Amino acid sequence: MREILDVIFDINNVTATIRMATPIALAAMGGAFSERSGVINIGLEGMILTGAFCGVLGSYISGSPWLGVLFAVVGGGLMGATLAVFAIKLKADHVVSGVGLNILALGLTSWLMQVLWKNRGTSVSVNGLPMFSIPVVRDVPVLGTILGTHSPLVYMMLILIFLGWVVMFKTPLGLRIRMAGEHPEAADTVGINVHAVQYFSVILSGCLAGLGGAYLSLAQLNWFSMNMSAGRGYMALAANIFGQWNPIGGLGASFLFAFTDALQMRIQTSPIKLPTDIIQMLPYILTILVLAGAVIRSRPPAALGRHYESGRAA
Amino acid sequence: MWAVRMEKITKRFGPVVANDAVDFEVAPAEIHCLLGENGAGKTTLMRILFGLYRKDAGEIYVDGKPVSFSGPRDAIAHGIGMVHQHFMLAGRLTVTENIVAGAEPRRGVLLDYAKAREMVREVSERYGLKVDPDAHVESISVGQQQRVEILKALLRGAKVLILDEPTAVLAPQEVGDLFDIMRRLKEGGTTIIFITHKLKETAAISDRVTVLRDGRRVATMNTADASPADLAELMVGRQIVPPARKGHSPDGKVVLELQNVSVRGGLGAGARTGGAGGKARLNNVSLQVRSGEILGIAGVEGNGQLELEEVIVGLRKPTSGRVLLNGRDITRLGPRGIRDMGVACIPSDRLRRGIVDSFSVAQNLILGEQTSAPFAASGILQPRKIVEHAAKIVNMFDVRTASLDQPVGSLSGGNQQKLVVGRELSRGPNLIVAAQPTRGLDIGATDYIHRQLLAMREQGKAILLISAELDEVRALSDRIAVMYEGQIVALRPAEEFTERDLGLLMAGQGVGVAS
Repeated sequence: MREILDVIFDINNVTATIRMATPIALAAMGGAFSERSGVINIGLEGMILTGAFCGVLGSYISGSPWLGVLFAVVGGGLMGATLAVFAIKLKADHVVSGVGLNILALGLTSWLMQVLWKNRGTSVSVNGLPMFSIPVVRDVPVLGTILGTHSPLVYMMLILIFLGWVVMFKTPLGLRIRMAGEHPEAADTVGINVHAVQYFSVILSGCLAGLGGAYLSLAQLNWFSMNMSAGRGYMALAANIFGQWNPIGGLGASFLFAFTDALQMRIQTSPIKLPTDIIQMLPYILTILVLAGAVIRSRPPAALGRHYESGRAA
Repeated sequence: MWAVRMEKITKRFGPVVANDAVDFEVAPAEIHCLLGENGAGKTTLMRILFGLYRKDAGEIYVDGKPVSFSGPRDAIAHGIGMVHQHFMLAGRLTVTENIVAGAEPRRGVLLDYAKAREMVREVSERYGLKVDPDAHVESISVGQQQRVEILKALLRGAKVLILDEPTAVLAPQEVGDLFDIMRRLKEGGTTIIFITHKLKETAAISDRVTVLRDGRRVATMNTADASPADLAELMVGRQIVPPARKGHSPDGKVVLELQNVSVRGGLGAGARTGGAGGKARLNNVSLQVRSGEILGIAGVEGNGQLELEEVIVGLRKPTSGRVLLNGRDITRLGPRGIRDMGVACIPSDRLRRGIVDSFSVAQNLILGEQTSAPFAASGILQPRKIVEHAAKIVNMFDVRTASLDQPVGSLSGGNQQKLVVGRELSRGPNLIVAAQPTRGLDIGATDYIHRQLLAMREQGKAILLISAELDEVRALSDRIAVMYEGQIVALRPAEEFTERDLGLLMAGQGVGVAS
């Protein structure tokens, strides 16, 4: 018993949770923006993957991991723009478009790896982002272990989540986004350009997911491997719903998912004897449980998934 | 000089001409009624003025200057505001958020909520439009939501305010409040265009009236110079004589009886989101409907009428109490069994429960009978019989359709409803549940359906009429029951109620004076 508690309450788990929550929380916030504006974003998975690939590509070409991060953001944004064109302009079904985008991202990155690095499995190693230590904080006991030293993207994530929350709930733009997703006709009749707001939100969504991808390939590792997003986009989708389409809520949900993930990794190396397969299932089981419980009670934006065309107000 | 002048406005939707060279002028600070049947082109004309539709031809002048709007934003900038029939409000946002969206006060990059709230409070006090600026729109009453819509327009500097059928959603007392607000706005210099098809309201509030029919203007006059009969004739294009209801025979046998029926908790098949909601259940409802009588259920929608309808036709099981049809307990019989016992229903939600809009006219006319002879034999549909039946009903009930194969969704609301009425009444029912049977219909179609219901009464059918239209309930019913918050708060012969009594009872006041 003592052993189990030690494993669960190990402070290193908390540090690992923050680390592993980073890409999920970023993508979840992307999902929040997209869906608050009325566009379902199943394509987060593909956007993360694209971001991860573009990050490595950028660093490979320029030698600078920071240019890689920029590449990742732009790459994710392009995927967002693709989804936006299909879902908003061409009025395709949002879910189908998003799934298509995921398949496209997987195929495209694998193929480009083959072309660029003659290897379908992994890319070459590139310059990754160095770790960053906050002076003073790193020397404080406990807090220093948890927050003192991380990839710069982790700190960036925390700042961005807060900024995202401010934008969504405290600015005119955020109000317009929420109104577009709740009642596009209402937004239109007060002179809000619904499609412009949606394009912005969906592209921003892609940029954020792309940044999450850069964390995987430039901070956690320093190369790209096939399908390295490994379902994080779907977890982000779940975290976004669990977090009630709120960036901070999404961060909380991401912590929860990341914590179970950290825990399962910790258990594998601990003296607790459980079959590995079962341990590895933990985060996914939790995702299902949380979704089954939370989705029933959650209320998505009222006009989520609907196509809106100005001049045909009901 | 006119506040607004529209000249030779033409608008087509495909082959349909919605507005055909319509001229329309409104004087500053007048209340101008735009009167017409459904489909006459009133809303289209106003949507053009508000920039939601683009006109195909014609000119618009605001304060004498020609204008061209490419969207509502332009119209708003020229001082035009519109309150739509279906409110343009996001239920989950607050009153303040809904009002300032698109024209938000800012502090740096942030939205200045304190100032926004102050702006809302200031305008709402100036015109006596009381609302809580921090309430979520979905939690306030429909009447208050309407005020939010009006505030939204005023805060954007509307000098011309278009109200699209604003009374359709209101209880009688709320209509009075709205008219007071309109008068105050007029005194303050606001010009109001009031779209309606109700003559009484036209007479009560407007200075002048313009009548549209089939997309054309047929008249503009001072309201004081127009009698309701004249206006009705201008609107419909023929004379309308209200149908006469012959004396009441109170001794018919009891066909439908509800004994202490209650519906508690949970959202049933008919649950809807939005609105005031929450209290729309049934509380110990007992009533009888006899053969040869119409029992009218009056009440503001959402006070249990939907649940009442559902319990009787078997879509919802009551928590307690019994429903009897000709003395037999049908409480747990289910919709199929109840229909087979001769209960016909004109459902309040026509689109969701009355028709399948992608099915043809002929198919819709056998819904509910699709398994029985002569429409099916050995489990196979009999197209010839179905078409014969459809042709008969369409002819009998004056359903205007291009063909029997036409999808019902392409018919006008009035014709869809005639189809439902035709299907239900031609089944030879004992009991007819008619829920909001003329909602959204114009005078012509309403008159037709009223006559059909009265004819059924003459034939000795029992009819339960559920309606939010007070005039309708009063015109047709032998007895009236008023529902408020799921209870019957009064049940008396129709003559014993004055309009004022009914209005008060519907609004939940005067429960003390109920018998």
